[in-house]
Amino acid sequence: MSVRRGRGFGEWVETVGAWLLALIWVAPLAYAFWSAFHPPEYATHFRLLAPLTLDNFRIALSQAPFPRYFLNTFVLVTMTLTAQFVLCTLAGYAFARFEFFGRELAFALVLVQLMIMPEVLIVENYRTMSTLNLVDTIPGIALPYMASAFGIFLLRQAFKTVPKELEEAARVEGAGMLQILFRVYIPLARPVYLAYGLVSVSYHWNNFLWPLVITNSVETRPLTVGLAIFGAPESGVQWPIITAATLMSVAPLLLAFVLFQRQFVQSFMRAGIR
Amino acid sequence: MHRSLLVHVYGWLLLLPAAVLLIAFTHYPAIASLAQSFFSPKSALYPSQFVGLDNYATMAADPVFWKVLKNNVWFAVGTVPASIVIAITMALWVNGRIPGRGLVRMAYFTPTILPMIAVANIWLFFYSPDIGLIDQVLSNFGIRGHNWLGRPETVMGCLIVMTIWKEAGFFMIFYLAGLQAISPEFEEAATLEGAGRWHYFRRVVFPLLMPTTLFVLINAMINSFKLVDQLFILTKGGPDNASSLLLYYIYQVAFSFLDESYAATLTVVLLAILAVLAIGQYFLLEKHIHYQ
Repeated sequence: MSVRRGRGFGEWVETVGAWLLALIWVAPLAYAFWSAFHPPEYATHFRLLAPLTLDNFRIALSQAPFPRYFLNTFVLVTMTLTAQFVLCTLAGYAFARFEFFGRELAFALVLVQLMIMPEVLIVENYRTMSTLNLVDTIPGIALPYMASAFGIFLLRQAFKTVPKELEEAARVEGAGMLQILFRVYIPLARPVYLAYGLVSVSYHWNNFLWPLVITNSVETRPLTVGLAIFGAPESGVQWPIITAATLMSVAPLLLAFVLFQRQFVQSFMRAGIR
Repeated sequence: MHRSLLVHVYGWLLLLPAAVLLIAFTHYPAIASLAQSFFSPKSALYPSQFVGLDNYATMAADPVFWKVLKNNVWFAVGTVPASIVIAITMALWVNGRIPGRGLVRMAYFTPTILPMIAVANIWLFFYSPDIGLIDQVLSNFGIRGHNWLGRPETVMGCLIVMTIWKEAGFFMIFYLAGLQAISPEFEEAATLEGAGRWHYFRRVVFPLLMPTTLFVLINAMINSFKLVDQLFILTKGGPDNASSLLLYYIYQVAFSFLDESYAATLTVVLLAILAVLAIGQYFLLEKHIHYQ
């Protein structure tokens, strides 16, 4: 009996601890919401009845071309993910089901990219892009990420779990190599595509260093770079306006996350376990 | 014979598009950095010349290089163990039976999906002298006027706290996955033997999570060498390089000082560090995981 009570108390303490930590963890974001929706004089004065306003968002939108940045990020993320799906599917299929010459070595060379992500090689990649005349273009931002070792790895694992009998059955029915890929392998790997897609979209929505290096105009700059320029201390923009711009930039991803929380967490988990 | 030849051809054809891009943007630039590190930078007057190890000698004599390297080590030491401890705690709580579990998990995970630039924007206001939130709160207690990001003693601590906040929820995910793979029979057996929660955690759960911990440890260290976005907003590496990190220094050398040979030399050092971590991961971890 006493053991049970002790355990109950312990659980109670843990619940309080978990909730306290959760409150600390949302506090910075909650604060950003507070300052974005209130006039500047309330930025550090927390009054329950402080007047709400959308002025900060209006001013932010009038001072920087955020709609254009949104469009750029949207194009970038879509282009990157589409190319990743195509390239990683083909390569993953090759590694999973074709015993071609040099396969193991090729796979090891692919995995190198897990450690050396393109953002580490900004100097040489910038040079390559200027040779290719792709500096300050959206394809220039996307290109180094299109062949993703991570995606190839995930899809290879997924394709390996597909029973060979299914492939045999399709072949008996006269399906060719690519038909088998589209009819058997891809449908069965759908959860992996979702997981990889969510991870990739959040990564590229948030990516900063390489886009900063390779872009230098409003027409190509993604949101993160636009936001960094807008929010730089030397720009002298008022605080609540910067937070409003920040919230705008993260809103789509944040909204998607709140709505599909379970899928997000499971995708990151699935992608992380490998 | 004919069919087996086709397998080789198909395999390579399927791999080809990805292979071309991987070579162009991962393998080639890594090797090109190494090559460039033995040459002098090209200028209007002189072409690029072979200089042997001169760039490395310059680097060894460059106090900024040693400073950013030291900073990076401190940054890793400050963020990695703390993030891991918090991540395990979060995972244990979220995996348990607390009320409102979904909301708590969401709170922990949210910083992960925010871009570092946005996070830095938000935290910049906390750290601002006088008008910032921390100073405003402290002024109620009669303490005032801290330039948190402007002083060498406090700037790194500020970056570390913010990074822990950003990353702990991400690492929590791996521990959640690890915890869910532990059979509930262990807990039943431990309860039957009268083992307390802490005892059960220390003797059963923590050892079983060891592969997860190693994985997170290595990846967190790699991250601490790759993640420099926050510096662009918060400090620009200052004051006096007190918060600069290796990759940020590479960016400065390449795109502000326009010395691509020295930037390549620094890149080689960064690649070497990442390679050592990768090899460490392989020996510590990969032999326990079966890919096939």
